[in-house]
Amino acid sequence: MTAPTTATGATGARPASPALGSPLARTLRLGVLRIGYEVRAYFRQGDTVFFTFLFPVVMLTIFSVSFSEASFGQTADGDDITAAWFFLPAMLAAGVLLSGLQNLAIDIAAEKSNGTLKRLAGSPLPVVSYFIGKIGQSVATGVLQAVILLLLAFTVFQVPLPEEPARWGDFVWIFLLGVITSAILGIALSAVPRSGESATAVVIPITLVLQFISGVYLRFSDLPDWLQSVASIFPLKWMAQGMRSVFLPDELVVLEQNESWDQPGIALALAVWLVAGLILTRLTFRWIRRDS
Amino acid sequence: MTTPQNVVEVRDLHKTYGDTAAVDGVSFDIHRGETFALLGPNGAGKSTAIEILEGYRRRTSGEVRVLGADPEKAGLDWKARLGIVLQSSGEVGAVTVREQLTHFASLYPNPRDVDEVIAAVGLEEKAGALIRKLSGGQRRRVDVAVGIIGRPELLFLDEPTTGFDPEARRSFWALVRQLQSEGTTILLTTHYLDEAAQLGDRAGVIASGRMVDLAPIDELGGADARIPIVRWVEQGGAREERTHAPAAVVAALVARLGGEPEGLEVIRPSLEDVYLDLVGHEHADHLVAPDTLTETRA
Repeated sequence: MTAPTTATGATGARPASPALGSPLARTLRLGVLRIGYEVRAYFRQGDTVFFTFLFPVVMLTIFSVSFSEASFGQTADGDDITAAWFFLPAMLAAGVLLSGLQNLAIDIAAEKSNGTLKRLAGSPLPVVSYFIGKIGQSVATGVLQAVILLLLAFTVFQVPLPEEPARWGDFVWIFLLGVITSAILGIALSAVPRSGESATAVVIPITLVLQFISGVYLRFSDLPDWLQSVASIFPLKWMAQGMRSVFLPDELVVLEQNESWDQPGIALALAVWLVAGLILTRLTFRWIRRDS
Repeated sequence: MTTPQNVVEVRDLHKTYGDTAAVDGVSFDIHRGETFALLGPNGAGKSTAIEILEGYRRRTSGEVRVLGADPEKAGLDWKARLGIVLQSSGEVGAVTVREQLTHFASLYPNPRDVDEVIAAVGLEEKAGALIRKLSGGQRRRVDVAVGIIGRPELLFLDEPTTGFDPEARRSFWALVRQLQSEGTTILLTTHYLDEAAQLGDRAGVIASGRMVDLAPIDELGGADARIPIVRWVEQGGAREERTHAPAAVVAALVARLGGEPEGLEVIRPSLEDVYLDLVGHEHADHLVAPDTLTETRA
């Protein structure tokens, strides 16, 4: 009854993975298949499309229209910074948080309680492939959401977009690091709700509070110092700051903490949260509660 | 310890939750190519036992081998050889029948053809429909399709035909016979004894966590359980006689009473009668069990 683990030539010895092929290649191949499966299912889900996917678009429109008379500062050339311009980076950051953390925490908690994970647990799907599918879904929907936000801001609200390639390079790494970190934190957070029904009630307040204290809905520089410090513990503040560093004119850097965009700080904060999320996921994620 | 003939070996399996024993010392084997039916009332421990074999639950004690491995430690290669149809369908995200089967097929090394499986479960016309828009019975057929798409060596069917209309159940039986002819080993739990009789080679009857009988289906309950019973009413009282020769008994009765006996019945106990007898006895045993329990503890 001892199962041979190495090919020692003993009768019945089998290579580690005879039928399924190389574990890593298989995990990646199935992960890519999962992305397609997840993205397709995502867009057929009317409520998530509205509340997660289009929410920042709706909010940008509301802010841009409501504060269309207000000025949020001036550029060096004396142009007014409009509400749309000012809130574009904030809504991009909110989109990253919603596509990753909010979307996945609710989605996976629901899959846990509706039997989807139990079904997958009985199949030879590697758990990492499942994660790749979920993270890929967040990245794919997040990219599409960002494109819609940028197009809306550029065409409808005439927000001037950066022309320097370096700024777009910054956008790419901040966006990707942000959305992946956010997705992994979403997977970790999905362990908290006890049921699919309670997931929304657990997750939405968290993301909502974060958005208010991290400079998404309120101007970060208007918040008291202590609140800014509290917000600096969490990743959304850094995502929003990163997006401002890309899309706002450099003159507005004076409104930031220490009057600096602090991109190394952004990279560090997000990387720390990424690693923390991975550790939490490793510790808490189970296909099923084995003895429920 | 698993011999090539045994796909499943269970020895003295126990599962307790607090003070409650859900499975209380169950042992059985399932041979390669066999269909084994696990019968028993709700809450008897069938699903707990089957979920331990599937690797979903940990056992408290006992030995379990499924396809030569301990389900608590087995990996993806092992899962690739199983097919699981869970007791409840659960929900499925917004995907169509064909998308779901194509996706699950991609997880297995040697899957069946998606269209053939869709046809086998009779869902050709629903192949492009979202699974959540299907009726309960149709969704159950999707579950079965997902269970067999990977060409499993061992298939778990946990109450597979709940919610099927009679016609769907007949075609499901035909599908299972097809799988049997291809050599699939099947562990079936069901509430329908006719289904167990139609499909099963052997059956185990579980009541209150214990295996009360284990035999080929037509031998459940022992040879005596199927002896015909002659019942009649005589002098206001019900009489009955168990006999292998009911006709002779009735003839003698007619001769003795000088006419038609009142309330005459000749009963050949059905599988259902035998089963209810088995399960009922176990419940009766259980009523005295607390005493025994106290004694053992003291």
